[in-house]
Amino acid sequence: MYEAILFLPLAGAIFAGFFGRLVGYRACEVVTTTFMMVACALSWIAFYYVTVQGQDVRIELFTWIQSGELTSSWDIRVDTLTAVMLVVVNTVSALVHLYSVGYMDHDPHKQRFFAYLSLFTFAMLTLVTSDNLLQLFFGWEGVGLASYLLIGFWYEKPSACAAAIKAFVVNRVGDFGFALGIFATFTLFGTIQYDPIFAAAPDKVGSTMEFLGMQVDALTLICLLLFMGAMGKSAQFLLHTWLPDAMEGPTPVSALIHAATMVTAGVFMVARFSPVFEHSPFALEVVTFIGATTAFFAATVALVQTDIKRVIAYSTCSQLGYMFTALGIGAFNAGVFHLFTHAFFKALLFLGAGAVIHAVHDEQDMRRMGGLRAKMPFTWAMMLVGTLALTGFPFTSGYVSKDAIIEGAWLAHGSMAMYGYVMTLLAAALTSFYSWRLMFLTFEGRNRGPKDVYEHAHDAPMVMAIPLAVLAIGSLLAGAYFMHDFIGIDVHSFWRNAIFLPEHTGHHEVSWLVFLSPSIVMFAGLAVAWYFYMVKPLIPFGLSKRFRGAYQFLLNAWYFDALYDRIFVRPAKWLAYKLWKVGDGKIIDGIGPDGVSARVIDITNRVVKIQTGYIYHYAFVMLIGVAILITYFMFTGGGLPR
Amino acid sequence: MSYSWPILSTVTFLPILGALLIALLRTDDASAQRNARWIALWTTVITFAISLLIWRDFDPTTADFQFVEKREWLGAITFHMGVDGISMPFVVLTTFLMPLCILASWISVKVRVKEYMIAFLVLETLMIGVFSALDLVLFYLFFEGGLIPMFLIIGIWGGPRRIYASFKFFLYTLAGSLLMLLAIMAMYWDAGTTDIPTLLAHDFPASMQGWLWFAFLASFAVKMPMWPVHTWLPDAHVEAPTAGSVILAGILLKMGGYGFLRFSLPMFPLASADFAPLIYALSVIAIIYTSLVALAQEDMKKLIAYSSVAHMGFVTMGLFTVTMQGLQGGIFQMLSHGIVSAALFLCVGVIYDRMHTREIAAYGGLVARMPIYAFCFMLFTMANVGLPGTSGFIGEFLALLGSFEVNTWVAFFAAFGLILSACYALWLYRRVVFGKLEKPSLAAIQDMNWREIAIMAPLILLTIFFGFYPKPILDLSTVSVTALMDQYHSALAAADQARYALVP
Repeated sequence: MYEAILFLPLAGAIFAGFFGRLVGYRACEVVTTTFMMVACALSWIAFYYVTVQGQDVRIELFTWIQSGELTSSWDIRVDTLTAVMLVVVNTVSALVHLYSVGYMDHDPHKQRFFAYLSLFTFAMLTLVTSDNLLQLFFGWEGVGLASYLLIGFWYEKPSACAAAIKAFVVNRVGDFGFALGIFATFTLFGTIQYDPIFAAAPDKVGSTMEFLGMQVDALTLICLLLFMGAMGKSAQFLLHTWLPDAMEGPTPVSALIHAATMVTAGVFMVARFSPVFEHSPFALEVVTFIGATTAFFAATVALVQTDIKRVIAYSTCSQLGYMFTALGIGAFNAGVFHLFTHAFFKALLFLGAGAVIHAVHDEQDMRRMGGLRAKMPFTWAMMLVGTLALTGFPFTSGYVSKDAIIEGAWLAHGSMAMYGYVMTLLAAALTSFYSWRLMFLTFEGRNRGPKDVYEHAHDAPMVMAIPLAVLAIGSLLAGAYFMHDFIGIDVHSFWRNAIFLPEHTGHHEVSWLVFLSPSIVMFAGLAVAWYFYMVKPLIPFGLSKRFRGAYQFLLNAWYFDALYDRIFVRPAKWLAYKLWKVGDGKIIDGIGPDGVSARVIDITNRVVKIQTGYIYHYAFVMLIGVAILITYFMFTGGGLPR
Repeated sequence: MSYSWPILSTVTFLPILGALLIALLRTDDASAQRNARWIALWTTVITFAISLLIWRDFDPTTADFQFVEKREWLGAITFHMGVDGISMPFVVLTTFLMPLCILASWISVKVRVKEYMIAFLVLETLMIGVFSALDLVLFYLFFEGGLIPMFLIIGIWGGPRRIYASFKFFLYTLAGSLLMLLAIMAMYWDAGTTDIPTLLAHDFPASMQGWLWFAFLASFAVKMPMWPVHTWLPDAHVEAPTAGSVILAGILLKMGGYGFLRFSLPMFPLASADFAPLIYALSVIAIIYTSLVALAQEDMKKLIAYSSVAHMGFVTMGLFTVTMQGLQGGIFQMLSHGIVSAALFLCVGVIYDRMHTREIAAYGGLVARMPIYAFCFMLFTMANVGLPGTSGFIGEFLALLGSFEVNTWVAFFAAFGLILSACYALWLYRRVVFGKLEKPSLAAIQDMNWREIAIMAPLILLTIFFGFYPKPILDLSTVSVTALMDQYHSALAAADQARYALVP
């Protein structure tokens, strides 16, 4: 069964990728989607086996690399954490496959699209079922490849190609750290298998290792290097720049890869390594800092974006920050819980946005939308559910998981946890504002787009509506239903040894103000958005004029792209050119082969000049020579015996 | 296990036989050209088949040389051949790539077909000889002899600047090799033999090792090529015909790495240990420097040539860590690069045959008309980037891992290659294959034909197969590499002891 979960998507990808042209697009859609549905059903069964019946699984398929002490095999490891991820990945993937049948209807390259989607799912599954760091790395890079291919799916658009390369390269920057983390792990532990590492981690507390001439705490080093990989994949502050651009890909891709699954791989990795992170307080503080900063930063940028997908993309970035904040304060279960619920409502929002974009003929600018509620009430209702969950409206799934994080940050000790609390609370207010702004701009008021487009706007067909409905149910109920398992009274029987759990879990008494604070700021955000966009629509316009600098700052996402362009991209290009022309051309070749040959030619040219070919020249030179010789012999006595 | 006939000599000299057959063809008309092609193809295919027998019967549990042949030849110099776990894979790689080269030249070479095929067959003999020679002089003859056919291939069938490129190639490599010749003489005077197995057991005095090591370095560094003696490679690649580039990148570059493994490390362990930091520095510079230079290239072949230099940087870095992972990573990287870079040059050849330009700017949007080509090129691009699941990943990863164990600085800087390789490779792919197909010259371009697919298919299969299951190759070399490491480390330990013994 577990093999089927893993390999059905691969089979679908191979079928659609290599035989797609032969069998036609319909067959590809049916085969890949069916395979995904089966894999999805099987993973819920697996989820039941693992979490309820407590049957962890470990299947070794075959050896991958064996060199000296380094051993790495292809495994399927399923414990609670993996089971959660299996359910998330396969459910969203199956729904997105189904949705894409409708969404990609007019695209001529459907076979390729479905092949990529299934390939992505396979890579993601190898990632979550890994039992060692190297297989994790394989899945990690594999999803990166699929992401690259899907962002650049419309390869004729220069912006899509650029975004695809950017995503791959920025992820590689993270992988740079990840790879070094693997090396450090192997050097310290002598293995890259999870269980031996986790077993040995407590003994390694306080041990140091040499890194770049410094003696550093070994576990902290490993955690920070691995976390660098997580920052790249999960688009955290400093390595986040690729995620908004990734919206160049088709919208179902954004829902699957850039909201629900791939970007959460970093969260998964840190949770997986929680037994190691737990022993490095400093690394955890860094995780909290980056997570909380991202949560706030991305939320500020989302306030002013006009592209509907970009708003949701920055929102994703921000929500990932919440998850990392949770991990950083040691509430690993809360972080994974938010990952779980977030997958539902963010996929819902993206797919809903896709339905809107589809309806208004690929328009993504919210300034040319408006009033769509009348035309597409079903989509509106779905988006509303997603918005409620995202903003943490009481009793939706987002409310349950997000409030757990904010409360957890309040309860955790230390100044960094307090920073996390303040930032996530502020971000919650901003989240509420930008989410409702999106809803009001898109669905309320007067339509600002072309008239005929608006007239023909309509709700999505059934294949697209069903996934929305399923996700909406999840967004509303998954939180409350699974709350006790993930973060409530059943945590220990649910998680068992899958992640590190603090000793004293369960419910804590917090003051009612803290308890209510997320809801209060949520309603405040809603109220401001209502006032700005429904009551006095001129206010935001006036504000953007009045605070032009701040507005531009936010609109350009704190100028990170421009900054990176200045300090990385352009110098690298300049250096590349100089090294080529000056380093190779002038210096190495100039002193080396070209220089040597030029000198040889110089010398021969001079020698050649002496050979004039005139007899009288030679005769003259000969005479002079004879004269010199005679003179010499005269003065030295000619060498004759006297 | 043992054959009644000398299988290694057969594999080595069979191509010469094919070359003689072609030379016997009297006329130079179309039918003679066709015959020359077919003879060359059959010769290389049969050679490959026989070399597979060597692989099949190879015993990976011993570090001794196998399939050994030894005959009297020139007094002290014997005709001594044999392979171990380090050299055997290279022999098979050579015989594997040759039929593909012949096929790749099937149509694109139109002038002097007979001579072209003869040059390639002679080259094959010499390359196999390099990897199976067990006598220094014999090795030197093969090693240097390979220059001549390659010089001719670039100089006669090459591009517009072929004369400059072929002379640069020839002089660079010759200059390096002359120093090696001097070192060989010095070794003979010291050890009284040029027999490689005997020399492997011989302890060269520490004072001598440094000079010998540098003399060999001069030759191998040029062949590899290491920074800063790499500039002949881009020129040679650009001007060489497609099959020439394939052999150059696939096999000739590996001779340098093989030389380090066979001579520098086991014969001069003290010098190798002393100068390892130098090799690390040059390797790291090569990785970062040439990756950056690759980023700026406007010629497809030049870009891939520079990326080759960067990849060879991983090899030298890995080898000189003298750890299991580093050595195996270096060996694997060489073999994988032999497949991947060969395939990349073939990819360039496919569109060069159609458009007769290697300018990146002359292309764009090829995927619209050449989906099969786009797939092949994407796969090899990803292998070049070192994506897990392709063979390119294994070697790079192991070499980096080995270097991290020895020196974190080296691993840290070398790991920048992971980022930069993604930059130049994807940027190349984006400009050639993605984008809109707008150029009128490309409007009628055809996708790969069956011959081209047949060339690519084995390379694709191997790239993926060894990416997921590198065990066959890693297992081959394990015992030989272990023996090499033991020898190296015991020599270092002995030297250390001697040094401490001097301290009162």
